[in-house]
Amino acid sequence: MYSRGYKSAVTIPPLLWVTFFLLVPYAILFCYSFWSVSSLQTIVHNWNLQNYAQLFRNPLYLTVLLRSIRIAGAVTLLALLLGYPLAYYLSFHAAKRKDLLYQLVIIPLWASYLVRGYAWKTILGSDGVLNGFLQYLHITHRPVEFFLYSPFAVILTLTHIYTPFTFLPIYASLEHVPRNLVEASHDLGASPFSTFLHVILPLSLPGILAGATFAFVLTLGDFLAPLLVGGPSGIMISNIVVSLFGAAYNWPLGAAISFCMLLLVVTLLFATERLEKRFTIS
Amino acid sequence: MSAALTSAPFERTPSDALLSIRKVEKQFAKRPVLRSISLEVASGEFLTILGESGSGKTTLLRLIAGFEQLDGGEIWMGGERLDEIPAYRRQVNTVFQSYAIFPHLSVFENVAYGLRAKGAPRNEIPSRVTQALAMVKMSEFERSAPSRLSGGQQQRVALARALVNRPRVLLLDEPLSALDANLRRQMQIELKSLQREVGITFIFVTHDQEEAMALSDRIALLRAGGLEQVAEPREIYGRPKTAYAAQFIGQTNLLRAEVREGSASAGPIAWPAAGPSGPATFSLRPESIRLASNSQPPAASGATAHFQGQIKNQTFGGAMDLLEIDCGNSCLIRARVPSPGSLSGQQKFEFNTGDAVRVLESGGT
Repeated sequence: MYSRGYKSAVTIPPLLWVTFFLLVPYAILFCYSFWSVSSLQTIVHNWNLQNYAQLFRNPLYLTVLLRSIRIAGAVTLLALLLGYPLAYYLSFHAAKRKDLLYQLVIIPLWASYLVRGYAWKTILGSDGVLNGFLQYLHITHRPVEFFLYSPFAVILTLTHIYTPFTFLPIYASLEHVPRNLVEASHDLGASPFSTFLHVILPLSLPGILAGATFAFVLTLGDFLAPLLVGGPSGIMISNIVVSLFGAAYNWPLGAAISFCMLLLVVTLLFATERLEKRFTIS
Repeated sequence: MSAALTSAPFERTPSDALLSIRKVEKQFAKRPVLRSISLEVASGEFLTILGESGSGKTTLLRLIAGFEQLDGGEIWMGGERLDEIPAYRRQVNTVFQSYAIFPHLSVFENVAYGLRAKGAPRNEIPSRVTQALAMVKMSEFERSAPSRLSGGQQQRVALARALVNRPRVLLLDEPLSALDANLRRQMQIELKSLQREVGITFIFVTHDQEEAMALSDRIALLRAGGLEQVAEPREIYGRPKTAYAAQFIGQTNLLRAEVREGSASAGPIAWPAAGPSGPATFSLRPESIRLASNSQPPAASGATAHFQGQIKNQTFGGAMDLLEIDCGNSCLIRARVPSPGSLSGQQKFEFNTGDAVRVLESGGT
């Protein structure tokens, strides 16, 4: 068996890490969410539930939260619609091009998130590539404004950024579908489409769930894309948190929102993990 | 003698060829895997494709199933070009070596899969599935998840899943190779009786020559992508065409002999033999050799040949012992004789000359 020294050498560092960089900050955040800001702009430690009450009383927060959920849902759906066919093609039909295509999908992940955000700003702006192109083709005669600074722009940008994250787990699960099951299905008289529906799709459900969770959770917490391309109508919940911790100087309310978001995401992760386990067959 | 005189339980006439494989070619990465394979399989026949790994036997099966495309030749089934139809439209089912049971479906749904795919009437499905599961003695597992079944049980489900579709040909790709020896023998017997019961043509792939002999109406021996011999088990054993066939199916002594004027001689052993003169190879099964009594003088008959040699090794085998006999001139003969007690020194042996079968020395066709 392992010696005590070895055991403590492997367990203590991660435990310390989790304690000081996760548990303690969460605890501090949790405490802040019960405090309040005085009229003198100082944080006073009078424990109360005002912040949580305000979340439900002020329609702004709920509206933005619902918008964030809608945007996250749309990004998830689009990322699945783009990522799944791509992963399916790569895994089952790409043959020799498989490695090359896989790298092509991965390469954008190496570029900075910010660069990709700015790229969309350049494409969608009133002097942008898209408007220039449309005017060149005489489809439009003046710059179209609504491309940029809208929920649409946020969805587009985030779909572009998070599709590879959705693609990867789906691809991994498709690669794990035993090929002889596909052959067995054909052998038993099922057409390629029926085989996809009854064998490949059910067996890749864990990957779909993992990919959807990635896209949804990452989008829900995103604040850069709305900042770059969202405009006032594209503001998401994280932007509110950022401003509460910044200019608005209301850390307690920001902490309360953060904590609610944390709860939401953790619940979601638990749920999808349990579902994934149910669909994963040894 | 052991030549094919006993009739197989199954009679063939050329007209009932169900499956016709004609000059089939297959390459992988320009390396030939199958070379001009022609084979007719009769309706209701149990045909075994026997060969060592890499001989192309699984590839041939996959071509019939439709998982691979031909590079040459044709496959016909009942007057219809089979190789131009996609796998899912062929009236052929496969039992895979790894069973390929759908892990996300119950045993019942696995067996029902083919019926549903082919659009069998809904009210017919439960009774047909139940019947198929009963046939392989798996009725009690109808609602089980496949992950809870043993290898042997999954094997049975795979068999039921294929047979429930009443295919015209059932392909079996080394279905018993993953089972332990006892279960394997039991499954062999069951498989054979099942085949007789349902009357479906079985094409069975194996590398196990004993299994092939026990089960088959005919054996097609495949070697490096070419057919070495296609014959009934008794014939292929008793009258092997080539040295390879003689060695692959059972044990044998290969005698490199010189034939001259109706007589063959291999070292100190000589016996009358017909056929053209010149160098020739003969196969002599160890069990064809008998101990000759020492006192009795060799009978001057053309039907038996005699030789003597030094006992080099004797392996006790219960009913039959295996002897290694050194006949001089680096001629080593193996004989399997009813356990004679401990033997040593010079001994006399005899064999029926008809048992020395002239075979072709095949250096890879």
